[in-house]
Amino acid sequence: MNTAELKKVCTQVRRNIINMTANAGSGHPGGSLSSVDLMTSVFFNHMRIDPKNPRNPDRDRFVLSKGHAAPCYYGVLAERGFISRDEFINFRQLHSILQGHPDAKKVPGVDASTGSLGQGCSIAVGMALGAKVQGKDTKVYTILGDGECQEGQIWEAFMAAAHYKLDNLTVIVDNNGLQIDGSNDEVMSLGDLPAKLRAFGFELFEIDGHDLDAIEAALSAPVPQGKPKCILAHTVKGKGVSFMENQVGWHGKAPNAEQREQALKELED
Amino acid sequence: MSEKIATREAYGKALAELGNVNDKVVVLDADLAGATMTKFFKAAHPDRFFDCGIAEGNMMDIGAGLSTTGLVPYCSTFALFGAGRAYEQIRNSIAYPRFNVKICCTHAGLSVGEDGGSHQSVEDIGLMRLIPGMTVIVPADANEAKKATFALADFQGPVYMRLARSATPVFEEDYPFEIGKANVMREGKDAAVFACGTMVPEALEAARLLAADGIEVSVINVHTIKPIDADCVAKYAAKTGNVITVEEHSVIGGLGDAVADVLMGKVNCKFLKIGVNDQFGQSGKAADVMREYGLTADQIAAKIKGTL
Repeated sequence: MNTAELKKVCTQVRRNIINMTANAGSGHPGGSLSSVDLMTSVFFNHMRIDPKNPRNPDRDRFVLSKGHAAPCYYGVLAERGFISRDEFINFRQLHSILQGHPDAKKVPGVDASTGSLGQGCSIAVGMALGAKVQGKDTKVYTILGDGECQEGQIWEAFMAAAHYKLDNLTVIVDNNGLQIDGSNDEVMSLGDLPAKLRAFGFELFEIDGHDLDAIEAALSAPVPQGKPKCILAHTVKGKGVSFMENQVGWHGKAPNAEQREQALKELED
Repeated sequence: MSEKIATREAYGKALAELGNVNDKVVVLDADLAGATMTKFFKAAHPDRFFDCGIAEGNMMDIGAGLSTTGLVPYCSTFALFGAGRAYEQIRNSIAYPRFNVKICCTHAGLSVGEDGGSHQSVEDIGLMRLIPGMTVIVPADANEAKKATFALADFQGPVYMRLARSATPVFEEDYPFEIGKANVMREGKDAAVFACGTMVPEALEAARLLAADGIEVSVINVHTIKPIDADCVAKYAAKTGNVITVEEHSVIGGLGDAVADVLMGKVNCKFLKIGVNDQFGQSGKAADVMREYGLTADQIAAKIKGTL
């Protein structure tokens, strides 16, 4: 898909996020909106997947380690044909496949259940390792939050990715700089994140996480044999909705009817 | 019951054998392969053995990921660091999506001995039982540990298996092993003694001591704590009217509670739970620690006699 086409899909995914969270009256729009361009690029231009056969054993894998960005995930899966947009109305409702955080048992296209932070990257490591052991050319992608990198297990997973030379793994850090209680730097500074990621053995690509061409270039870039890839994507929490951008308060709050209208107006092609 | 083998040793050797016949089996450890005995698998199948370093939560989640690629991961560490430290990884990343991961933890209970209370898990059965859909297995001897190790590979879904450090007697009789089906090892009309793991040989010995005093008790090996063999438990409780549970685990949350859950409101009987009474363990020779906490055959026999 070319950049213009991809851009259109991204806008629709953003609309999906607004609609889902507004319908539910809860959810996490801020961190969903920051992940849109990254996740859409992965699903539309890079993953070998088939919506008609979501459990194909030879498919590429995706783990949303920052599981609270479920509205973005569901929004992308709908555009990619795994689920229907008609499901959105059920997001966070009883008996829905669209749980508040992704449930692999319920949603076609969801490969791991996430939401409890710090675990998804390890699961992705296991998937990449499983592919290697079986001689498969499966690629594995995972998106982490930056606040999530405060979980020690993330760094355990990084160690394992380098140790087992998982050059079929791409770790994307959605670096929007904000978390529930404030900025990363206020809550628990991550320090020199690029240096740390390099020190843990990644081939690092530092990009603007909303520049579709830059995302495409980083996702397509080759890595040296045996090196896992990390894309440190600088993003804006709430990206695309003016009143949500860079606002800590929109981490886990849904737009009301009026805000929804305004947001959707801003998200017209 | 002359020969003694630790269930962890039987597990490790069985795993290596299982690797010969099942190429989907992979084994993960957290720097304890020499102690959990996964070293046997590591030696036989180095390309399917993955040390995750001292990072148990990471190991469980790598296991979760591996299972989604069609492999059958067995994750091993000590019970405290598996069921305890990595509880939430097991709960959220393995059990919640019902991934096919086998969590096989050794050094459970007080019979760890010298390492002391920090390493003696008396809570792991309870922690794992609490998780929806989790199967919990506690083999009672080396043969059962071997059979269980093989059975897990044919079972679809997450399983927690609890194994012991210390060598314990190997039963002379060869019992069948079917997940969820308790084995009646001795028949007696006066009481039903439900035991698991290392406490099964102790309960059998206690039964022999009681028989010398004219008290005949049934001994039932409840190797599967969850799903428990409710029919067998109810039948023997009703038959004898006296129920005793024996476990190398806290009396809170373990086998005793699982048996009580079956019987409550259904079978009228006396009930005695023998186990660790809401305490931590401590250092000492394994046999001395077991005696200190009242879990030897003669102590068990005395408690049973006292309740009848």
